[in-house]
Parts: sequence; C-alpha cells; structure tokens
Amino acid sequence: MAETDLILETKDVVKRFGGLTAVDKLSFSLEKGRIYSIIGPNGAGKTTFFNTLSGLSRPEEGEIRFEGRRIDGLRPERVMKLHMARTFQNIRLFGGMTVVENIMVGAYTRLRQNAVQTVLRTRAFKAEEKRAEARAEELMKYVGLEGIGNELAGSLPYGAQRRVEIARALASEPRLLLLDEPTAGMNPAETEEATGLVRRLRDELGITILLIEHDMRVVMSISERISVMDYGEKIAEGKPEEIASNPKVIEAYLGRRAAAASGGAQSARYSDAEESL
Amino acid sequence: MKGKTGASRSSKGSRALGSFGALLNKGAIPYIVSAALLILGTILVYLSPRSIPAFLLFLGAGALTYFLDMNRAVKLVAAVVVAVIIVPILGARNISYLEIIFQIAVFSALALGLNIVVGFSGILNFGYMAFYAVGAYLWGFFGSQQPYLLHAIPGTVPAGTPFFLAPDWFYLFLFAGIIVAAIVGLLLGLPVLRVRGDYLAIITLGFGEVVRQLLNNLDKPINLTNGPQGITPIQRPTMPNGLLALFNRLFEPLVGTPVTANQFYNIMFYLIAAIFVVLVIIVTHRFEDSKIGRAWAAIREDELAATAMGIPANRLKLEAFAVGASFAGAMGVLIAASRTFISPDSFSFLQSVSILTMVILGGIGSIPGVMIGAAVVILLNQQVLQSFSLFLAQLRQSDAVIPILNLHWKNLSNQLDPSKYQRLVFGIILIVMMIYRPMGILPATRRRRELKGDEARDEPQGPEDGADTNEADHG
Repeated sequence: MAETDLILETKDVVKRFGGLTAVDKLSFSLEKGRIYSIIGPNGAGKTTFFNTLSGLSRPEEGEIRFEGRRIDGLRPERVMKLHMARTFQNIRLFGGMTVVENIMVGAYTRLRQNAVQTVLRTRAFKAEEKRAEARAEELMKYVGLEGIGNELAGSLPYGAQRRVEIARALASEPRLLLLDEPTAGMNPAETEEATGLVRRLRDELGITILLIEHDMRVVMSISERISVMDYGEKIAEGKPEEIASNPKVIEAYLGRRAAAASGGAQSARYSDAEESL
Repeated sequence: MKGKTGASRSSKGSRALGSFGALLNKGAIPYIVSAALLILGTILVYLSPRSIPAFLLFLGAGALTYFLDMNRAVKLVAAVVVAVIIVPILGARNISYLEIIFQIAVFSALALGLNIVVGFSGILNFGYMAFYAVGAYLWGFFGSQQPYLLHAIPGTVPAGTPFFLAPDWFYLFLFAGIIVAAIVGLLLGLPVLRVRGDYLAIITLGFGEVVRQLLNNLDKPINLTNGPQGITPIQRPTMPNGLLALFNRLFEPLVGTPVTANQFYNIMFYLIAAIFVVLVIIVTHRFEDSKIGRAWAAIREDELAATAMGIPANRLKLEAFAVGASFAGAMGVLIAASRTFISPDSFSFLQSVSILTMVILGGIGSIPGVMIGAAVVILLNQQVLQSFSLFLAQLRQSDAVIPILNLHWKNLSNQLDPSKYQRLVFGIILIVMMIYRPMGILPATRRRRELKGDEARDEPQGPEDGADTNEADHG
C-alpha cells in the first residue's frame, strides 16, 4: 500500500500515568476515507489514545504521523490547524454560549482576524464574521439542527448537544474526525440518526472517521475496520466479522471461561456484557 | 416581530425591566417617559444643586433612557446632549456631583477592563489596581518634578526645581499609559501559563500588593516614587485656548456665576473620562463579538474543550490581561493629572476588591451591567451612605426620640455611622445578591443573531423539536 493513502499512522505509542501504562506500544494505520473503530472494555486506554492523537497529552514514546507529518508532541491548536478535529465522550460544549457561537469557536483556527482588525471592525473582519456565521448555520442544518442557533448550548437536550459538538468539530474543516462515543446515552432512534450522520460525513464530505464506540450494533454496522484495545494494548485488528469471532476479543470482554463456553458469540451480545463489566 | 436592527438591544432592555418594561416600551411612551424624567431630573438638580434625591433621579433617568426601546439615533443625541451640555452645567453649579459623575466614568472604565479578565475569560484577578497604579505613577513621575529629585531627600523639593515635561505631554501619556499597563499586564499574565483557578487568584492578589509595596518603598536608594508621601504636584494639561471663555459666554447665564479655571478643569477631566468610557465600551463590545471574544468565553466555559478546539488558551489569557490592564493604565494617567497628587494608598487591595464588587454586583460579563455596578458602588460610597451618616448626626443633635424603642437619638452610639460600614453594607448587598440574583443586577446575555433558521421557531414546535425534548433527562 502506498504511504500517501494513510491519513494517520502511529508507531509504538506509549502513554504512562505514573506506574500505569495507559497506552502500550500501540501501532496502527488508518487509510484515507475509511470509518475505523476502536473498541475495548472500560479503562482500556481508548480515550487516552485519542488524547495523544489530538495533542491534549504528549506520548512518552513512539511516533504519530498525520498525513505523513509527525504530530506527536504538537500542541492541540497545531494539530487542529492540520485539519484534525475531535469530539468528547462526555459532551464538552460551551454551555453558556449559544449554539452558533459554539460552532464558530470550532472555526477558530480557520479565521484570520486579529486584534487590530477586531477593534477597528474592518471590512475584512465583518465579511469574515458574516461568512463564519453563515457557515455555522449551514453546519447546523447539516447535522439536522435548525432554528436553535440562539439557544444556549447547555439548555439543549442531550441528543442535540451531541450533534452540536459534531457541528463544532466540522467547523474546523477536518480531514480526520475523532469521535469519542458519539452515540453514548442515546436511545435507539437517536443512535440510528447519529450513525447515519457519521456515514454521511464520510460519504458526502469525504472525512475519514476514527471512532471509539461501545454500542456493538453501531460498531459492527458502520466500521470498515476495527481495533480492539485491552489494558492499553491492541489485542486484535480486522474487519468487523473477523473481530466478532476473535476468541481474544471475547475473552477481553467476557473473561476466559465465557470465551471458552460461547466460542463465536453473536456480536450484539457484547453491548449487554459491556454494561455488566 | 421586532424591528431588525433594534432587536438585540431592545429585547435586552425589556428583559431587564420585566413586565413593567413591556408596558413602558409601547409606541411613543418611552420617548415621553425618558424625556420627561430627564427634564424633571435636570430641573430638580438645577434648582436644588444639593439635593441627593434629585441627583439620583437625574442619574436614574439617564440609565432608564438607555434601556427603553427607542430609536438609536434619538438615544445617541440624548446621550450627547446630557453628557456634553447638561452635566457640565449642572456640574458647574455643584462641583461635587461632577466629581461623582467623573468617578463613575473612571470606575466604569476600570470595571469594564476588569470585566474582560474576570467576566469574559473567567480569570479571577485581585490585583487589578496595580495597573491603575502603573498608569498613575507613569504620569505622576514624568509629569512632576520627580525625575529631578532622584537624589533628593524624600519629601523635600529644592527651590526652583523645574517640571520634567511640558504639561501637554499628558495627552501622549494617556496612550503611553495604555501601552505600559498592557506590558505590565503581560508580565502579570505570565504566571497564568503555570497556574490556574484559585492559585492564580492568589498570585494576582500578591502582585497587587507587590506593586503597592514597591511604590511605598522605591524612595530609596533612588527616589522614584517618593514613598508613602506620594508625588505632588503633578501637572495638568494646559487648558485649550479660549475654551473656558467660550463655556462662560455660552452657559454663564445658566450656571449663574462665571466658571473659574479650576472648576473648568474638573469639567475638562470629566469630558476626557467620558470620551474614554465611550471608547472603552466600543472596544469591549467589539472584542466580545469576535473570534477573540468567543475564544475567551470558551476558555471560561471549558478550558480543555477550548484547547481541543484549537484555541491557544495561554496566549488568549495573556491578551485578556493586556487589554484589561490597558484601560486601567489610561485611567491611571487621567487620575494622576486630575488629582495632581498620588500616593500608594489609593491603590490598595480594598480598591481592587471594590472594582471586583462593581463587576459582580452589576452583572459579570455584561457591559451595561458592569457600568451600573460602578455607578451603584460609587453612589453608595460617596453619596447615600455619607448623607445617611450626616442625617444620623443631625438627629443626634436633636431632641427626637425613636418611637417604640423609646431611645433618644442623642444617646445613639457614635460608632453607628453608616459611612464607616461601607464594607459591611457591600458585604450584605453581595450576599443578598448572590442568593436572589447571582448573575448581577443586569446579567450578561449572549448576542442574539438574526439567523434564517430561527424564523422557524416563531411557529408552533415542529415534529423534529418534539423528538429531541423527550431525551432531555439523559444528560
């Protein structure tokens, strides 16, 4: 495979917190235009791995390459500038700001205005603000939210907040989007809609998607490739059907005995097991 | 539906005034009401220049005019007429009111500056007075004889020592104050890169004290600040030629007596302060509604998320410190010239706290709120409490008896002097506010944008909205 087809590549990434190795020599590569999932039990190090990718924490060892460029150790704003964006597991919107403002914050790295232009309200400044606002509106429409631009983000229902968070990430014009449990806490209907949205981001906007997800139905239905993490290590990688029948994966989720008993368990049951873990 | 351009402003006004405001905001009523109150206030203050209720009515009428639904041009004209003609005339008749309005203007600018740091970007700053001190001592040093007294014994001035600069350098120093204070703001901001939250608040508190102690002690080995005695005299700018004569020719019949040069200085400083406040409001407003302002708000709301959205939080916090400090720097230069005397005592921790009180009382993050906060604190301090003390003192000298308690006013303790209990009164007000109105007198509101999609909201709820509200309990 040609190197240019890889949008993201990590090599032996290690992240430790004191004595705990949260991410242990993780290597994986992600092709452009794919939907890729990372799954694993709670505490497996998935979110920590996302943090190292998006620059929120610096890995102790290893290399991260985004579009061929080393990004490990870069600050988040630099990573964002390179067109990588993320959402958070426990929604982190700016609750006291309006929905439009939230989305406009997402466009921070794409706006060129400076302090002098701001104070003088130059024509370029006004034009850019207008464009940013129009773009925010467009994005709201795209994620299926209309007419709530002036509401405070914190006052929105849960499902809408998730979508605002995705719109905010989209405002930064990402080529790679990291979604941390985009359907957590949603009911089946909302989950269905969110899954559809993720698929549209890839199909219509050509954004490569890397997601962490617990809901196995979601994972199995939209991912083209899956990595399984356990205790910071990648224990398996492959297509959804390969993962579903991988004994190591079943062991990680259900324990050794369950794995022996069930063999190739049905994927849908993982999500139930997940809750009991 | 409301008019397009006025929508954001007017809705703010009616919200502040509640249902009573809705009644006031119908048709021509606001024009009549505010004109009537302004004229009434003006006449009352004009006729009895020492009456406090009249003065409060006058100020209240001005504030009400701002909040009522009116054509912006009409408001602007009213504001200019009041600020440039009425206030100077009334001020010339009773200079103490002019002084209060001057202080309200200065402290509004200070509170607006602190509001950028505390309100917009959410960094608690207890040392804000330091920037004010920097501005004041900047002109205090260069605008006095101090540069020639570096080796003199503190407190002594050899005869014939000239002033260091010509008085009109003052105008340049107004801008120098902005720049120097901004640089000091950046210096104080540096710890922001290392600590946050409560720790940072403590560092700012320390910084404020360090600056004050430096001013107190930098009279040796070389005498930079003249120590606790402060610097005096500090030069005022020269009065523009003929301005006083013009003022007297135009307004002497109204004022009653010719205005002296000294009185006119007060009017001039008031006008400079007023111009500055307008500039500060414009700048603050423009910052609030920009990429930088949104980034500040984002940092205040959730710093980690802001960082993940590509906002360089440290740089933006430093910018907030610098912008906030710059307002204080300019005001410092102004106050040094208008007082002709400065000493470290004017820049105490308590002063920083009272500016913080203005911000919190008025409505943290809200521009008109913060200004109202400044007005309320100044009026309480300078007017209401003091006149109440005076009133009690008068009662003490009379033979009146407190009914029910059967206590003679004469026997009332001298310790019960409301003007001595400023802090107590503010403490109580703040506690009551925190319980019943924690967002301040006039809470900040996010700007409402005229979005296309929002028109859908005016109609009954669509099916899509309904689906979302079911899940409201999830979060």
